[in-house]
Amino acid sequence: MRIERLLAATLFVVAQAVLATPKIEHWTTPAGAQVYFVAAAEIPMLDVRVVFNAGSACDGAKPGLASFTAGLMHEGAGELDTNAFHDALGATGASLGTGAMRDMAWVSLRTLSDPASADPALALMQSTIRNPRFDAAALERLREQALIGLKSEKESPDAMAERTFFAALYGDHPYGSPTAGTEDSVKAFTRADVIAFHQRYYVAANATVAIVGATDRAGAERIAAAVLRDVPAGEPAAPLPPVAPLAAAREAHVEFPATQSHVWIGQTGLKRGDPDYFALIVGNHVLGGNGLVSILADEIREKRGLSYSAQSQFEPLAEAGPFLASLQTKASQEAEALKVLRATLAKFVAEGPSEKALAAAKQNLVGGFPLRLDGNGKIIEYLAMIGFYHLPLDYLDTFTERVAKITVDDVRDAFRRRVDPARMVTVTVGKQSGTR
Amino acid sequence: MHALARIRQCLLILCLPLAAAAAEPAQEFTLPNGLKLIVQEDHRAPVAVVQVWYKIGSSYEHDGTTGLSHALEHMMFKGTKHHPPGEFSRIVAARGGKENAFTTTDYTAYFEQWAASNVELSFDLEADRMRNLTFDEQDFAKEMKVIMEERHMRTDDNPQALASEVVDAVAFLTSPYRHPVIGWQSDLESMRLEDLRAWYARWYAPNNAIVVVVGDVEPAKVHALAQKHFGPLAKQLIPPTKPRTEPEQRGMKRLTFKSESATLPYLMMAYKAPVLVEALAKRTNAEPWEIYALDVLSETLDGDQSSRLTRNLVRGRQIAAQVESSYAPASRLESLFSFAAVPTPGHTLEELEKAIGAEIAALQSAPPTPEELARIKTRVVADEVFQQDSVFYQAMVIGSLEAVGLDWRIKDDYVERIKAVTPEQVQAVARKYLTEDRLTVAHLLPVAKGDADAH
Repeated sequence: MRIERLLAATLFVVAQAVLATPKIEHWTTPAGAQVYFVAAAEIPMLDVRVVFNAGSACDGAKPGLASFTAGLMHEGAGELDTNAFHDALGATGASLGTGAMRDMAWVSLRTLSDPASADPALALMQSTIRNPRFDAAALERLREQALIGLKSEKESPDAMAERTFFAALYGDHPYGSPTAGTEDSVKAFTRADVIAFHQRYYVAANATVAIVGATDRAGAERIAAAVLRDVPAGEPAAPLPPVAPLAAAREAHVEFPATQSHVWIGQTGLKRGDPDYFALIVGNHVLGGNGLVSILADEIREKRGLSYSAQSQFEPLAEAGPFLASLQTKASQEAEALKVLRATLAKFVAEGPSEKALAAAKQNLVGGFPLRLDGNGKIIEYLAMIGFYHLPLDYLDTFTERVAKITVDDVRDAFRRRVDPARMVTVTVGKQSGTR
Repeated sequence: MHALARIRQCLLILCLPLAAAAAEPAQEFTLPNGLKLIVQEDHRAPVAVVQVWYKIGSSYEHDGTTGLSHALEHMMFKGTKHHPPGEFSRIVAARGGKENAFTTTDYTAYFEQWAASNVELSFDLEADRMRNLTFDEQDFAKEMKVIMEERHMRTDDNPQALASEVVDAVAFLTSPYRHPVIGWQSDLESMRLEDLRAWYARWYAPNNAIVVVVGDVEPAKVHALAQKHFGPLAKQLIPPTKPRTEPEQRGMKRLTFKSESATLPYLMMAYKAPVLVEALAKRTNAEPWEIYALDVLSETLDGDQSSRLTRNLVRGRQIAAQVESSYAPASRLESLFSFAAVPTPGHTLEELEKAIGAEIAALQSAPPTPEELARIKTRVVADEVFQQDSVFYQAMVIGSLEAVGLDWRIKDDYVERIKAVTPEQVQAVARKYLTEDRLTVAHLLPVAKGDADAH
């Protein structure tokens, strides 16, 4: 067959494909912020992303406060109320976003690099970080919207599964705090809460600045200084407590009036910088992280037609993030699908991947590496991640080598130590009565 | 895997960022068998995307056989004479590639993203499955189960998506846009392998396909590879489609949709609106400038955080928790200019409907301000630059225009056409097209279990 010849001729080229990984420059501002910069002159634009250790893990006793604060930062700053702020931003052509995940909160900007656009846009970014107004009227409006958002979660089986899964997996650990909060917590937020959160966490010593675009080192230094101008040094966020592994299996069901059941199973997984990182992510690529080619998709979708999507992932965080596998299936098939999901995972943990499947997964990760860096928007996400999690500056340069070194034994050993099929959280969301 | 998109409802995907002005202009080639190839160089990274677009989607389907195009998209991953099921995906994966496909009302597209050296392999694999698909009865049976699960996930268990399906079915009388892309459940249940085989034989031919390549490639070399792999495929007669022209709507249509799983009320308003391809071909009364003016109208209402709907209804009157409008000027057939909104507690769907109506009336009685237009034009110019960051997106723009019968080169005029729109033109199209007689209104009502059956 034609294809086989083509394949044979180029099969070995893949692992050797040379990609010039972006040259990352790194420095620390006088106030203690970490800056990461990659020059990209081809397109006359700039991406700037400032991340703070101010995600929902910092919510404390007020679930949802991190997300709420980030949302309110988008509602006007300095002299400009919400309308005036967005008029001014619109006049520059730039887009500015704020938000919070479990570990990090971010303020991000994309602007033309031409100073007539970039200077006012960067000034608005600085003002967003340093001087958000937190107007009472905007706060009440966002509270109302947050409560409606919580209500809308109740019509989404996926959102219900996520909320239930994190609560069951993490309990009282900060990662168990629902990012969108609870009805009670959202109702109780005060302006003082938001101001205190902002003052504590949106400080230079708690910030990482990533810059990609059409400027040079001197320009990037000016940008970093400009967006953090007048931001107090402050203190880094306190480290999170470690996550206690699950002592026993846990099951949680949410009764839900839907055609399908959503099934999530999982455990605590990986930290950023974890010594098992590469063995587990390469192994997971075989198990459920590589689309239709993965074992889970093959067993659940391709062989049995049980679900449109069946996948697994590690979500590495500052402390152990979740490992989870999920699917959705017609309610009457829930038991069968869950059985296949559990059995597939148990078999993988016991036996590890085949040599052939592991080689294919490694080829995909190594050969696909350039796709992870084929745009400024992708590179800046890596910069922010490397900075936020204190990963080595050569993380991208050594990524493919480290993947290539992983063996079947490495994967089997890591999965056996780190994933225990007998102690999983199982969450089901769907109609249960009469279907089991 | 395998996305199913409703692109004709997403303005920002297809229209505003239309204008990808890259350093080297794209080059177009047509093979003797009618296959069109468009190549755009982008040498920032050693990668390329190959997209194969077929001019076939749900708007080509008829009653009783809806969902065929999307189901066929799934079967395209189920093997050919040369490659058993799953091998295509394994080959792409083993070389670090990403692959997928999507189906809309207007087209079906397949793509691979990987090292630019793999473009030839893409062509080899895509040329093979353009003509040599295996239709295995068992694979088909399993795949139909998967598609029904997909329908449950995307539509049946999502109250707003389910209601929106009904809005399309009510708004359009004869236009095939009344059917969902994924197909009605009963059509999925009665679909036969033979139906798919016939659909494939009818539409999957080089002269019904557009191949778009963007990345670290040389156009002349890509052209030679296309000749080598797609060149040998025979062209065939593509049968003309029945027009099924939508008759003029004569009066507002109104519907309610009750849902036991919904927790929030939801308002949808959809006005019939003309599209660019029909205006250019003079198949409608609309002039091409009106399409660009409608686009600016849509941006005036809902372009960013400073646009009117958010400013006035979310922030000002606080009657909407969420509100959006969209217009799909680059679809194949007469389309919709739509609004969707969730009221804040204490406000009804009726009040919200009136409030949106008042925003429309304001633009009918007075043109947008010069400041509003200036902001929109600034954003269009910036977006033209920003979108060059995505190789995939550049290919999407070219392919989606060609697939509905537009010349891809119109993307290069887009900024100029938008800049030429005057405030009075925006007012004029608001008056002409956002009229009550062209409107369909839907109220999605959450109801307690059991109440949905009450009369």
